[in-house]
Amino acid sequence: MTIAPTPLPPTVEPAGSQDRGLRRALGVALRHPVVVPVGAVIVALLIGAVIMLSAGLNPLEAYSAVLTGALDPDSLDYTISVWGFICGMAVAAAIPLRMGEFNMGGNGQMVLGGVTAAVIAGQLGLPGILAVPLAVVGAVVVAGAFGSLSAPLATRFGIPIIISTLLLSPVAVAVVSYLVRYPLAEQGSAVAQTPRLPADARMPGLGDFSYSTWGLILIIAVMVIFWLVDSRAAVGFELRTVGANRRFASYGGVRVGRLAFGAMATGAAAAGLVGAIIVLSPPYRLIDGALTSPGYTFAGLAAALLAGGRPALIPVTSILFTVLQVGGAAMERTADVPRQLSDVLQGVVIVVLALRTIIDQRRTERSSA
Amino acid sequence: MHVFELGFVAAVLLAATPILYASLAGAISAQAGVFNIALEGQMLWGAFAGVAGSYLTGSAWGGLALAIVTTAISSVVLAVGAARWNADPIIIAIGANLVAVGLTGFLLRVLFGVSGTFAPTGLQGLPKMAFLADVPVIGPIFAGQTVLVPLAFVVIVAVGLWLRSTPAGLRLRGVGEHPEAATTLGIGVSSYRMWTVIVAGALCGVAGAQLSLGNVTVFTENMTAGRGWIAVAAVMLVSSRPLWLPLACLGFGAAEALGFRLQGIGAPQQLTDAAPYAITLVVLVLTRIRFTRRRDAVLSS
Repeated sequence: MTIAPTPLPPTVEPAGSQDRGLRRALGVALRHPVVVPVGAVIVALLIGAVIMLSAGLNPLEAYSAVLTGALDPDSLDYTISVWGFICGMAVAAAIPLRMGEFNMGGNGQMVLGGVTAAVIAGQLGLPGILAVPLAVVGAVVVAGAFGSLSAPLATRFGIPIIISTLLLSPVAVAVVSYLVRYPLAEQGSAVAQTPRLPADARMPGLGDFSYSTWGLILIIAVMVIFWLVDSRAAVGFELRTVGANRRFASYGGVRVGRLAFGAMATGAAAAGLVGAIIVLSPPYRLIDGALTSPGYTFAGLAAALLAGGRPALIPVTSILFTVLQVGGAAMERTADVPRQLSDVLQGVVIVVLALRTIIDQRRTERSSA
Repeated sequence: MHVFELGFVAAVLLAATPILYASLAGAISAQAGVFNIALEGQMLWGAFAGVAGSYLTGSAWGGLALAIVTTAISSVVLAVGAARWNADPIIIAIGANLVAVGLTGFLLRVLFGVSGTFAPTGLQGLPKMAFLADVPVIGPIFAGQTVLVPLAFVVIVAVGLWLRSTPAGLRLRGVGEHPEAATTLGIGVSSYRMWTVIVAGALCGVAGAQLSLGNVTVFTENMTAGRGWIAVAAVMLVSSRPLWLPLACLGFGAAEALGFRLQGIGAPQQLTDAAPYAITLVVLVLTRIRFTRRRDAVLSS
């Protein structure tokens, strides 16, 4: 028999194919859309751990403090309300992001919404049934109008939306801060704040929660509407088309300028809604700096970027940044790690996400080869 | 009255200088084709590293050196990401700015055990040019300034001329204007971009050190307070041409200095704080109106 001298190839063959199969399976797994965001978070956590270790702090202790602090049953109510605000600000960033624009003016839009709600609910003396809805509508309209300013600035004067929102936002924040300190200030108070809203002009509470109000339901409704419009409506399709290829979309008949106007108006309106809800919820007043200092805007922006602007993922990615945000304070208390680490982690997640193009690039190189 | 006016000129220069360096960083990045909005965070890091370096080495020059080197190193992420890996420079910069805010606050607590403001006794600021005090006109303007203030103008003119009339400057502009054409001429597009962004980082380090060791001698959290964004707007205002930057930045410096003056006579701080942003936006719109008119005129003729 002459088959004898062939025992070597078969032993190599299966090993090779098995290896190839494994690699293919790994490739398929790596291509799963979840890999990049999860990977970004893991890398950020690792970098955070390295920073803490080199500062002589205990990362395990810090991270467990973050988790237990944010998910502590006693404060879960507070965590949920923060999650709502971050979701709202994520929508504010995500709608323009769908068409490739960056809304960096969330702070200004949010405080304008807040001050509008404070004036309508607190100063006009409207009956309770009208006060809260009108305050919300007013906030949404004022913030939306303010945000939509950026669209003509971009289409008519060529000032990118990212720049105009960045320049408009501090102006709005400063004006609102002035209003809260002087014309709208509570008389005789040491803190710059508006008077407490009348009892019937407050957002109704939600069951047994002490922080969360019906505002949370409003924000969830906004996310559902965003998801429906994005996936089912023509406007949502147009938004995504412009985001994918602006020139193609405008050849296809999409009016990019009008779409930008709508996207900025609705995004800013969502930010204004968040501002209104914060003011209409406990402690039922507008305190100078209370809307901007927790950093909901950038947490929301980070959540929107991590979700890639996809409406269905925003509630999920917002959980992460809520945990970081709320848990950061707990980490500072119990593990003695400065809460600014939360900002660092947020930033690293965004940077790593942006750098994911290395994977994409390899992928396209391989497919074109 | 005379002294008052010269004092105002000095205040304008002081306010303009950090923005000058940062906007030069933005302008050269833009010339190389990278939209650099990381200026704010890099300047903040430069301000922190300047104070930390001055505190640790006991010399303000040590602080300046640390600011330049570490800010340049930190800009490598943006440089490599945007130039080599085709990542979106805007998203990287948004993340990098957040990291800068967080990390400076974090290190302030961890390294120095304070939060908010760090001004230890004996912190060395950059020396002022006091030897000019007796010179008329120049004295009142420059005697209280660091050498970085006049140097900003020298650097800007040098870079502007370098871009305009040297082969390397021409290549840099070519890389930004038409990367494919530059590639066919054998120019390494990505390495030009990479080094430009790193140099821009070093310039932001200077901007930050001037802010924390020149304008004042203290680091406070988030002390750049939007100056980096004003620098980005300044770059747009002059269409990335460095030689025009002094005009734009002195305008912003004047707005800021005027704001301080108005505060002195009782104007609310919130409104004077908003003024530089509002003025920037208005000027940006006005220049664009002229620009679009001219374009329309050309198109219709």
